[in-house]
Amino acid sequence: MKSKLNLDPKVIDSARSSAARIAESMQTFIDRHTTVSTERTVLRLLGVDGVDDVDTPLPNVVVDAIEDGGGLPRGVAYWIGNAMVQTGFNPQTIAEKMAAGELDLMKLPMASPAEAEAKILPLVKDALDKIMAQTEKRNNYLATIGEGKKPYLYVIVATGNIYEDIIQAQAAGRQGADIIAVIRTTAQSLLDYVPYGPTTEGFGGTYATQENFRLMRKALDEVGEEVGRYIRLCNYSSGLCMPEIAAMGAIERLDVMLNDALYGILFRDINMQRTLVDQYFSRIIIGYCGIIFNSGEDNYLTTDDAYEAAHTVLASQFINEQFAVIANIKEEQMGLGHAFEMEPDIENGFLYELAQAIMAKEIFPKAPLKYMPPTKYMTGNIFKGHIQDALFNMIAVWSGQSLQLLGMLTEAIHTPHLQDRMLSIENAKYIFNNARAIGDEVEYKHDGIIQKRAQFVLAEADKLLREIEKEGLFSTIEKGKFGGVKRPRDGGKGLAGVCVKDDTYFNPFITLMLGGAK
Amino acid sequence: MSSHTTCAAAATTAVDLTKVKPYGDTMNDGMIQLSFTLPVPYGEEANEAAKILAKKMGLDEPAVVFSKDMVGFTYFVMYGKCQHTVDYTTIKVTKVEVDVMDRLECEKYIAENIKRDVVIVGACSGTDAHTVGIDAIMNMKGFHGHFGLERYHGIQAINMGSQVPNEVLIAKAIETNADAILVSQIVTQKDVHISNLTNLVELMEAEGIRDKVILVCGGPRISHEIAQELGYDAGFGAHTYAEDVASFVLTEIVKRKLI
Repeated sequence: MKSKLNLDPKVIDSARSSAARIAESMQTFIDRHTTVSTERTVLRLLGVDGVDDVDTPLPNVVVDAIEDGGGLPRGVAYWIGNAMVQTGFNPQTIAEKMAAGELDLMKLPMASPAEAEAKILPLVKDALDKIMAQTEKRNNYLATIGEGKKPYLYVIVATGNIYEDIIQAQAAGRQGADIIAVIRTTAQSLLDYVPYGPTTEGFGGTYATQENFRLMRKALDEVGEEVGRYIRLCNYSSGLCMPEIAAMGAIERLDVMLNDALYGILFRDINMQRTLVDQYFSRIIIGYCGIIFNSGEDNYLTTDDAYEAAHTVLASQFINEQFAVIANIKEEQMGLGHAFEMEPDIENGFLYELAQAIMAKEIFPKAPLKYMPPTKYMTGNIFKGHIQDALFNMIAVWSGQSLQLLGMLTEAIHTPHLQDRMLSIENAKYIFNNARAIGDEVEYKHDGIIQKRAQFVLAEADKLLREIEKEGLFSTIEKGKFGGVKRPRDGGKGLAGVCVKDDTYFNPFITLMLGGAK
Repeated sequence: MSSHTTCAAAATTAVDLTKVKPYGDTMNDGMIQLSFTLPVPYGEEANEAAKILAKKMGLDEPAVVFSKDMVGFTYFVMYGKCQHTVDYTTIKVTKVEVDVMDRLECEKYIAENIKRDVVIVGACSGTDAHTVGIDAIMNMKGFHGHFGLERYHGIQAINMGSQVPNEVLIAKAIETNADAILVSQIVTQKDVHISNLTNLVELMEAEGIRDKVILVCGGPRISHEIAQELGYDAGFGAHTYAEDVASFVLTEIVKRKLI
């Protein structure tokens, strides 16, 4: 397709190749390491669930015991496989006995790694079958009841109480929402465990638990069948439990997950080594089960300036794309993020936003781009806010965005009320319908404001990526090149949970999922 | 139009500040617009329920100008004429009392009156992950064309970012011998900000540094009055820029002889 923005394909290729080399160089680091959360994910996939008598999740109980015994470099897959060989119990029983203090994995006789792996392989295959069955169920829904038109209308619920969330989510589905995201409670990203069971207390959001996922999935399937449109469910595979939550999402059929290689480092001060290792397994799971991931570049523009830092968004999208390629994620599942966050008083700001949105679509043509609404310059003037959201919707339909997080007129006031969501859906539907084909009809003036803006941002992104390639991703982040946030390599949360693998380490899920096992 | 009628019209436009009412297009018409949702099915009964509710709220001639079916819920846009009045002349509001200086005036004020670098530590403390407020005040770039404190000569601004435990914030203030602590709170669901702000004051008192440090909080739902009730020296709401906070902190340093 000819570029309407007259973007130079050589510059795009150069930027993409730099990003690929950046991701590859990180991958050699990632391949040498595992993390406590990666290992807990293996347990969750093997069916270990529940909590002990002080509410510690059993995956944590098991991994902590193995870590204390110095066994983590070998991976929990070995220790569980070995325990199955030695005791004949299944992983859940092994975990329960460990929680009760009746079993010490480190004191059992040790089988060979091959023997241990052979023992758990049938369970691994069962787990993959269960996940595949969920993926097939989604495909079946899409083939039978269908889905909404793109841009998908994406709204959030955030009451703190899963049962209240369900009421709001079902109402939003009936009003036309295509994707419901349950916002997580503040600070869950910093918990090094996943809470258990249904929850009714959260601040600014609701705990991501497997039971909450299951309850919301069921509620959305009900409404989807009622309105004749599959409604996607979104949550966060991010924070210290990034891969565990990806596994829960795969098991409970989430459709969209926020998952970014850099976000936790920059915005939650999670250690960069930890996040990069964690994102690898989480993305393999996401890629395997057909979830669309959303990257978080939009956040750069809440801390940095949307006009001046536009190229950092594009550079990060290239990097997120290349990490996804390594994790075997299809382009159709890459919900790369960006946002409409320019200062409303900038003259021709709308043209710049349009140029950047079309640029993203031209550079990542098959990716279902996630477009985030204005937040930073929302003021509490709900009437003006509704217009800001309208301009945002206009650009989305014009530039062919896929996942449209709807702006709320009450942004900066409160988490959305029922009517706020209805008004924002109405706003988007009106504009999407009224301007449906505008993108096909309009071309841009040669060397005009729009073309030049896009070419400039692309050139700057390419330059930044070449610098990062030279410098390395870790030091780039240390210098504050993304989002204007500086993070030290050994700083932040969760570094203690990173561990160098030994020669006999194995994680059967990574191999099989990357191979696309059925 | 004769001079007589002009005069009469002018008379009716005068405001009686002891009995203020909302203004639509005529003095004292009391016009109010409101929108809300009732958890009842859409229909005539829903509209009637909305009108009865509006009457109970003190609105005469309530009119449902729009209602929409939200399946089991109904959304309304209404107008009505407010019957209540307010005596504007007796109102007292607690505000931060300070003559706001711009950045250059602040820098000059430091050079002339404090004669050393002023250290200001800021954070979005507790579980709050939203740094937009503290960044607007502290980061070099500032917000809306107003530079942040990092830009000020004579101010050493330390922005600790989000989700900083109160203990860590206090430790940093002690370590840097800070003159002021700025704490931003955006998330206010279930009043989580109140307990967090209170906790910070208690910890500072326990550490014995409450009197030595100027303590300021800010956020879209923060008012100076709430801030003072919670034991803060000042509270800043929406539409606050770095110079507002700097002016308060600098004059307070001088006033309290913390130079």
